[in-house]
Amino acid sequence: MSALSVRLEQSAPIPLDAALEVAEGELLALVGPSGSGKTTVLRCIAGLHRPRAGHIRCGDAAWFDSEASIDLPPQERSVGLVFQNYALFPHLTALENVGTALGYLPRAARAPRARALLERVHLAGLEARRPSELSGGQQQRVAVARALAREPKVLLLDEPFSAVDQVTRRKLQRELAELRRGLAIPMILVTHDLEEATMLADRLALLHHGRTLQTGTPEEVLARPKNPLCAALVAARNIFHGRILGHDAERNLTLLDWNGRPLETAPAPHFSAGAEVAWTIPPAEVILHRRVAPSRGIAENPVTGLILDQVRLGSLTSVSIRVEGEEQALIMDVTNHVAWRNGLEPGIEIGVSLLAKAIHLMPAEQSVPGEEHQSLSP
Amino acid sequence: MEWGPFLLSLQLAVATTVLLLPLALLAARRLARWDSPVRAVVEAALTLPLVLPPTVLGYYLLVGFGRASPLGRGFEALFGAPLAFSFEGLIAASLIANIPFAVQPIQRAVEALPREITDAAWVSGLTRPAAFWRIELPLIAPGLLTAAVLTFAHTMGEFGVVLMVGGNIPGETRTAAIALYDEAQLPGGAPGTLAAALLMLSFVSILAVQLLARRRR
Repeated sequence: MSALSVRLEQSAPIPLDAALEVAEGELLALVGPSGSGKTTVLRCIAGLHRPRAGHIRCGDAAWFDSEASIDLPPQERSVGLVFQNYALFPHLTALENVGTALGYLPRAARAPRARALLERVHLAGLEARRPSELSGGQQQRVAVARALAREPKVLLLDEPFSAVDQVTRRKLQRELAELRRGLAIPMILVTHDLEEATMLADRLALLHHGRTLQTGTPEEVLARPKNPLCAALVAARNIFHGRILGHDAERNLTLLDWNGRPLETAPAPHFSAGAEVAWTIPPAEVILHRRVAPSRGIAENPVTGLILDQVRLGSLTSVSIRVEGEEQALIMDVTNHVAWRNGLEPGIEIGVSLLAKAIHLMPAEQSVPGEEHQSLSP
Repeated sequence: MEWGPFLLSLQLAVATTVLLLPLALLAARRLARWDSPVRAVVEAALTLPLVLPPTVLGYYLLVGFGRASPLGRGFEALFGAPLAFSFEGLIAASLIANIPFAVQPIQRAVEALPREITDAAWVSGLTRPAAFWRIELPLIAPGLLTAAVLTFAHTMGEFGVVLMVGGNIPGETRTAAIALYDEAQLPGGAPGTLAAALLMLSFVSILAVQLLARRRR
């Protein structure tokens, strides 16, 4: 049984159809574009918003159950919540802010405990400061200390790194990674930053219009999105369509028809022959055929096309290739060095291989009219 | 000069402020968190005393407090004295005339308080009353003080409403502003001291509000 089990349903004010399970000591990243309902999910768990139906269970305790008419107020839920803008009490010192959440302790024990918590988030010496006298990063640490003060059974973090600069963000992220090792409670981190989610979370849940579309390890969700919508949400760049030709059990392959081009892909026996599918391949798994002295091994899903454009992003060059009969360009990432050595430039024709094991097949998109596919920032 | 009218005004101002502030706080909190199209109508009605000529407001209050109205008859049956032309009637009228002065500053303060602050207090385990006393009240205190000062100062100087509802009964409804008017009308009257006292009081009040506003920033 998971330590935190959440099922939420409602149609207004924003639609929710979310299911989350988080184990003790596990950090789940709730990822989705702005307006996807991430904060509302956290507010439901904290008892600050009541969904129309569903349940929220923490261990053996039911915090919310629409069928049993259970709805505990926030005071009785034992939740630690770090608000997006921290929501510190501006008229109280850092110590008093933390102390506010220590009401369960005898009066004399509160100040020492608050001091210890502030020390744990590296704020020793700043106890007497008010929030306005603290930097953004320090305010965030006070908010974390306050959230931990109740000895919560669940820790919720609402975009806790969004209001600070890049350098502070990296530092705070490292601190959270350290802090969480000592916490044996379920944790949910809301973010729209996939990189942050991958770095910090054990598992990732994709939220879109209030629906949890896919849950899994970050690697799994990024490499094998469940459907084209999930692929768009994790900013997958090469999404194409094709038709299953059949399966080659002997060579452990699936055969795909891409607009008349036969492709071999990783085995996906659950798709029957003739099925329309969407497929995706990471740009790094598109391999350039050397133009000067072609090597062997170019037989794997060879594709030729014209270079439309290329963009340097750090140490990588992202090359868009126009493949005949395809509206959408195929994206290939190569190191700048490879691009230069092969004299890549717009207008020239090149050959590439699509690595079979990297091709991921998905059920073809069920088109939802009027629905916008907003992709996440990488 | 006679200090009786000035003291009467002081009594009226204190009574109005003390009675109105808790009610205004309740109303302001409700209004600030109220999400309804009716809200604009209610707010407009509560702001009316600010722009209505005091004599017009006074006239309607006089009608409402008089023997012809259920309120006037009810009050007289209960306390054995009429509401109109009495100190109690003045307090009642003053409460209504001061609604915008008391409600608006408090409402602005409540609206400026992010909802997350109260949420954070609840999530920290504070009961609703504790969250109100320890978190919300200190944070809206400047708004409450502004409301108190404005209500107090406005009541000290109120003329039109008092004249309509209270008349000019010495020791009962003859307040400072009315006594001042009388003195100015009488040959040989001495309105100067009273006028100066009211001027000083108003100036100090406004100064206090502005200093409060500055401290808040």
